[in-house]
Amino acid sequence: MTMIFGIPVQALLGQLLVGLINGSFYAMLSLGLAVIFGLLRVINFAHGAQYMLGAFVGYLLLTYLGIGYWPALILAPLIVGLFGIVVERLALSRLYDTDPLYGLLFTFGLALVLEGIFRYYYGVSGNPYAVPPLLAGGTNLGFMFLPNYRGWVVVASLIVCFGTWALIEKTRLGSYLRAATENPRLVQAFGVNVPLLLTLTYGLGSALAGLAGILAAPVYQVSPLMGSDLIIVVFAVVVIGGMGSILGAIVTGYMLGLAEGLTKVFYPEASNLVVFVIMAIVLLVRPAGLFGRDA
Amino acid sequence: MKVSYFVSAALLAAAAIPASAAEISDGKVKIGILNDQSGVYADFGGKWSVEAAKMAVEDFGGKVQGAPIEIISADHQNKPDIASNIARQWYDTEQVDAIMELTTSSVALAVQGISKEKKKIDIVTGAATTDLTGKQCSPYGFHWAYDTHSQAVGTGGSLVQQGGDSWFFVTVDYAFGYSLKEQTAKFVESHGGKVLGEVRYPLGSTDYSSFLLQAQSSGAKVIGLANAGLDTSNSIKQAAEFGIVQGGQRLAALLFTLAEVHGLGLQAAQGVVLTEGYYWDRDDKSREFGQRFFKRTNRMPNMIQAATYSAVTQYLKAVDKAGTDETEAVAKQLHSMPVDDAVTTNGKVQADGNMVHDMYLYQVKAPNESTKDWDYYKYLATIPGNEAFLSEKESGCPTAAQ
Repeated sequence: MTMIFGIPVQALLGQLLVGLINGSFYAMLSLGLAVIFGLLRVINFAHGAQYMLGAFVGYLLLTYLGIGYWPALILAPLIVGLFGIVVERLALSRLYDTDPLYGLLFTFGLALVLEGIFRYYYGVSGNPYAVPPLLAGGTNLGFMFLPNYRGWVVVASLIVCFGTWALIEKTRLGSYLRAATENPRLVQAFGVNVPLLLTLTYGLGSALAGLAGILAAPVYQVSPLMGSDLIIVVFAVVVIGGMGSILGAIVTGYMLGLAEGLTKVFYPEASNLVVFVIMAIVLLVRPAGLFGRDA
Repeated sequence: MKVSYFVSAALLAAAAIPASAAEISDGKVKIGILNDQSGVYADFGGKWSVEAAKMAVEDFGGKVQGAPIEIISADHQNKPDIASNIARQWYDTEQVDAIMELTTSSVALAVQGISKEKKKIDIVTGAATTDLTGKQCSPYGFHWAYDTHSQAVGTGGSLVQQGGDSWFFVTVDYAFGYSLKEQTAKFVESHGGKVLGEVRYPLGSTDYSSFLLQAQSSGAKVIGLANAGLDTSNSIKQAAEFGIVQGGQRLAALLFTLAEVHGLGLQAAQGVVLTEGYYWDRDDKSREFGQRFFKRTNRMPNMIQAATYSAVTQYLKAVDKAGTDETEAVAKQLHSMPVDDAVTTNGKVQADGNMVHDMYLYQVKAPNESTKDWDYYKYLATIPGNEAFLSEKESGCPTAAQ
């Protein structure tokens, strides 16, 4: 067997694939954060809670209404997106003119309230959510046994990430969004409804978190704390990629998943830490982030 | 330094006065159940242990030596500092006579230290470390249910006997994980087995796929999970996802109880070998207790909850026999009385405080083998108490050697 640094190549390939799977969640979540920050200049601390909400919506749909995974894959992001729109209209939109700190504090409080509610009713142990029968089982790739569902997560996240990137960078609607970021007054003068655009953006960002949540439900336990476990890492991803850079968030998400996967092979004790070490190095060398433009 | 010395001396004196003034101090016997009621071990012991303690009091008749018995409880959140504060408050201002349960090794060691200093009884049912009856033993401290040694001998030993002679460990990266892994590895090696490797992961990880893949590619016949609670559930669930058991490797959950099997479901947990001191469907006596517990709580107890019942019962018997709740007298009775109640048969308390009793080896049933609710285990073997637990000579407890 060929070896690299004392590790068999096959094992290494397996670890890289596992890293890619985790990277998919990082990418999807940091994408939503980057979109919201890029266009609204709001640091959305409720992102982890919205991810948790997506998983719980899937779980509740299944338990109380008997609605399975596939419809939930559409319904959960829609419901979480709608929730985001309501939040933006009722509260967040009133904070745009204030210090950015207020938006951060508001979303942080919202996250605590949401988590508290679910913890009160569902405990912390987590609730099981079965893998849909179509994707149960696994495939032997020769170098590793890949559970089909995890393969699907990678494919789905690639489609979603690059779909969102194309929407913002390549379409007319996306060009309005980008223009509204650069100079909202001028865009409004051209007859574009800027507040509506911002509301939709926050809805889209929340829906992305909800989608990641429902995708994660069969892999992890559906638990009120699942979002707060992940959100700090995701913030680090956004910082490393460059605040507000959409492509940066996607690429960095996958890259850090891989880096974490490699750490788990060579020095597993540090696997929770490696993302932050990378963040510190990037901030020292390139304060604007890997893909960010210097402001 | 001197001041704190005087304060603790004064407290000790204060604690001792009422004991000698009356047979039952403050006119009642108060037992505190201190454990994790909201975190990762909330189902492992949790409020179900509190219910078991209340059941023991009711079965005892609610009174001992004419004095009423009271159970109070608190959530220590798995933090030794919080647990220590509660323990001090209970002993100093709330007239608590004994603290029990104490899930999580670090918490149990801290509270046992305080109890020793304040000369109070503690009976641990929820923590695993053998240090409780070893280096850090207390003349007033007792360990019921199980410890890392019984788990290593039970689950480790049986798998070695069945030909599982090469092991790979997935170990949680803190003291409890190390001690569980070390004791198991020692046992495996002394029986001719080999340890091929180990991966240590940070506590509370959610994704185990990477660690499991390393275990898989090591080619070991047995993958030992040196962890507990939700961590173990997640590792087993993800091992099933990655086809580890189908690939011919066996999973050894070194600390796994009925509560986690129930949470995980038989589909994911089937085939796992585990060691418990109590299973409700073992004999008529255990079935009777299990069903009474079920009527109150709608779930069957695991060994931690059952042992809490046993510990409270034995403590009350000791108070009754001593005719007082004074610590020295009760501890003396606890050390000398045999343990025989609804959940424990032929238990014996050693000089180091360890309650030695038989442990049982079980395998989790496949879904089609389970014929009724909570029918989860297949009996494999009995591990006699003197093999399952360290003797008082081996334990390293300084006071027991005298």
